[in-house]
Amino acid sequence: MAYFLLEIGAEEIPDWMIEPALEDLRIRFQAAFAAFGGSALITEATPRRLVLLAKDLNEKAPDVESVFQGPYISAGAKAAEGFARKCGIEVDRLAKMQDAKGERYVFHQLTKGQPLAAALSEKLPEIIAGIHFPKSMYWTGKGGVRFIRPIRWILALLDDQVIPFEVAGVKSGNTTRGHRILGPKHPIPVTIENYDEQVLPANFVIVHAGERKRRIEAGLGPDVHKDADLLRTLVYLTEFPTPIRGSFDPSFLELPQEILSTVMRHHQRYFSVIKEDGSLAPEFVAVTNTNADPDGLIRQGNERVLRARFNDARFFWKVDQQKKLSARLPDLEKVTFQAKLGSYKDKTERVVKLASSLAAQTGADANTVEVAALLCKCDLTTDMVKEFTDLQGVVGGLYAKAQGEDDAVATAIYDHYKPVGMDDSIPRTLEGQIVSIADKLDTLRECFKIGMAPTGSKDPFALRRAAQGVVKILFEARLELPLFPLIEDVPPLGAFIKERIQFYLREVLGFAYDEVNAVLAAPLTTIPDLADRADAIHYIRPTADFEPLAASFKRIKNILVQAGAEGPMMIRADLLTAGPERELYEATGRVLSSIQHRPYRDQLASIASLRPGVDLFFDKILVNDPDPAIRQNRLALLYSLLTEFSTIADFSEIVTS
Amino acid sequence: MDTFQDTIFKLKRYWADRGCIIQEPYDLEVGAGTMAPETFLRVLGAKPYKVAYVQPSRRPADGRYGENPNRLYKHQQLQVILKPTPEDVIEQYLGSLEAIGIDLRKHDIKFEEDNWESPTLGAWGIGWQVMLDGLEITQFTYFQQCGGMDLDLVPAEITYGLERIVAFLQNVESVYDIEWAPGFKYSEVRLADEQQFSVYNFEMADVPMLWQEFELHEREVQRLLELFRVTKEKQRFPVLPAYDHVLNCSHLFNLLDARGAISVTERVGIIARVRKLAVGVAGAWAEQQNSKEEAAA
Repeated sequence: MAYFLLEIGAEEIPDWMIEPALEDLRIRFQAAFAAFGGSALITEATPRRLVLLAKDLNEKAPDVESVFQGPYISAGAKAAEGFARKCGIEVDRLAKMQDAKGERYVFHQLTKGQPLAAALSEKLPEIIAGIHFPKSMYWTGKGGVRFIRPIRWILALLDDQVIPFEVAGVKSGNTTRGHRILGPKHPIPVTIENYDEQVLPANFVIVHAGERKRRIEAGLGPDVHKDADLLRTLVYLTEFPTPIRGSFDPSFLELPQEILSTVMRHHQRYFSVIKEDGSLAPEFVAVTNTNADPDGLIRQGNERVLRARFNDARFFWKVDQQKKLSARLPDLEKVTFQAKLGSYKDKTERVVKLASSLAAQTGADANTVEVAALLCKCDLTTDMVKEFTDLQGVVGGLYAKAQGEDDAVATAIYDHYKPVGMDDSIPRTLEGQIVSIADKLDTLRECFKIGMAPTGSKDPFALRRAAQGVVKILFEARLELPLFPLIEDVPPLGAFIKERIQFYLREVLGFAYDEVNAVLAAPLTTIPDLADRADAIHYIRPTADFEPLAASFKRIKNILVQAGAEGPMMIRADLLTAGPERELYEATGRVLSSIQHRPYRDQLASIASLRPGVDLFFDKILVNDPDPAIRQNRLALLYSLLTEFSTIADFSEIVTS
Repeated sequence: MDTFQDTIFKLKRYWADRGCIIQEPYDLEVGAGTMAPETFLRVLGAKPYKVAYVQPSRRPADGRYGENPNRLYKHQQLQVILKPTPEDVIEQYLGSLEAIGIDLRKHDIKFEEDNWESPTLGAWGIGWQVMLDGLEITQFTYFQQCGGMDLDLVPAEITYGLERIVAFLQNVESVYDIEWAPGFKYSEVRLADEQQFSVYNFEMADVPMLWQEFELHEREVQRLLELFRVTKEKQRFPVLPAYDHVLNCSHLFNLLDARGAISVTERVGIIARVRKLAVGVAGAWAEQQNSKEEAAA
């Protein structure tokens, strides 16, 4: 049993690419060396190294015996010789075996299992060079190996032995490197035993991400604003993280909190500090990539940078107030929305129109929606947003308020980019929701019109997120707003939105895929209605009658398709035979009238109660009656059953056991 | 404490000691040291090259009338090109910081992803912004493409923002308070042109004249590129003057942009026009270099 340790030493890898790269390395390694067994595969990383440790590998892959069946002896000597030639041995060395048709030649080929060391040497260069990165580079010259950043050293130890190979001119060895500044300048020899717990920490490298995380958390303090994403970024930006605390002039607190925290988080990667009353304290925590700040130089440096940034923000705020949002409308002509789609002025005009019509349908305050839609993009021309682009909308909302616009308008503008992800909340007010939906729908409509639908992983305009946001708002706010009529003039968008609804119902609300398909195959109404219908199916599904009934519906559908029956079809009551046929007809009518205006769960319960009648019908009645009129009438009965009860969901989509 | 010019001297000395030619700034308006031919053209082709120079870089839209302590219409970059990139490039770079008096053991250095792209030059690269105690002091880029061509040898481009670094070293809050030379502040040397060029660029530049100039320079590049195409005598052909006209176009575009004279629909088109010129000249330069090598062989 052997241990194998690999450390790929690179120049600083972007933090967000590290975890996926490690996972890719792990999968590639596992696939390539599956034959060698192993009890555990551990991966770790810092910005400068991707590390993999495989435990308890077999030192040799098992031998593999393949059996090739040859001709029957009765086929003659020529055939036997041909087979032997193919196998590369003499005829008399071939084995023989008996099967039902007689005795035949067989060849047992034994492939010796490759020794682990040889396999590692052979396959690792390709595995390393094959690690997928979203953006890679070459550095050894045109056509050279591609990696995320230049590879500078490779540590490859099988127990205490170096596995020799080369990637991009770098030869593997038994050395690692310490921290860029705190470690020595020369390579450091290591063994598997002393690598991560002795040598690296002694040279100011904490290779375990979990340990770096704990080290940062321990230095944050209870008053620090929790921020998991920032924490993860910092874990992968550092090899030896040490948090330090700094402060800023409290007079900056006159600036809106949103702006201060954005500067700290997005521009400086600082944690903000919160006072007991929930407001921002004039402090921050920076995470350094070093061991200490003995002279306070690092703190002073960071404070100085933050001061300059805050001064900028204060300056932008003052300058921006000299021109009100409404006075910036004409300037939107100079802000490109998309090269082929014109300016934000054009977009604003469309959004105002769409938002106003949505307001009328939902009872939102028309004036608030109109003003908010009109002003919502005006902050794009402010210095503040040019500098802090992630604050689009938020700045508009803050400025609208500062400039005396109605609170409702300010809130709607402030919220109109929401939700920015599946975890983000939706706009707080109906008016904000309407403006947000109108803005996103407009982007979707216009992009799809010029054929810019997302493909694969490419979605430069974040159209999936926009569509998902619309669905989320409509669902969470329970807006009974029919979505599909708003996009029927852009056909491919319908399918795209449907996919997003499907995703939402399945991944967010947790309905089974066939329940979702059943609902989406029925009329596409509003999002809350679709969700209610899915909920009803999910609820009724475990009951005894439902799935069998669903199976019958599938049967009915098939019968109708085979008969080429298409609606509308009239049922003639006088042609119905007494017994199961007439009973089904009557039961159908009873259920239909009983479910009017009932909640979906009740409706489905009533529909499911039709099951015995349907079963009996199929049991006793031959649809394919020799008399064409009767046959036609029975088809009409089935047709009515199918269509009348398929408005909640198309039950034939339900997968029955 | 080192003055602004002391720091420049030290950086130049440092890179000269590592085999760099110390060039002087290019004598045309450029938006960045990358645009100077010492970078843009020299990174093309298979010939190794090492050079360092200070490049005053003009970005009309960044002007703030001399009122913002950190933003300048014209700032000074110290540009280093190492082609091909030596293996210890980062160690060499960190050594340069030590050379200007930064004790790295007392500071925090981080390399944060920052990839560089210039649509007007058809150029891009991969790299970092180097953060010193939270301050971006250097842009570090491995060039991948220039003038639309994959590069034969990958150069490292190290661009120091001199004002920022020196303001940090001198511990002043405003670039205008930097001591440029003993007894002379940055403001005494440069404030007047920040003020005047902001006024000109934002308020007074004559838009029709700038457009005319743009078109004249563009036509000249086009004319030269067409002549280059048909000429047999490639080696003496004035490709370098053609590139000067590209730089003029690029600067005029920036001026027009700052002046608010470029509409949405025009903007993308103008960038494409400048890129076409830059790519054309880069291609001609590469071809010319190849023909020289063939002639020498």
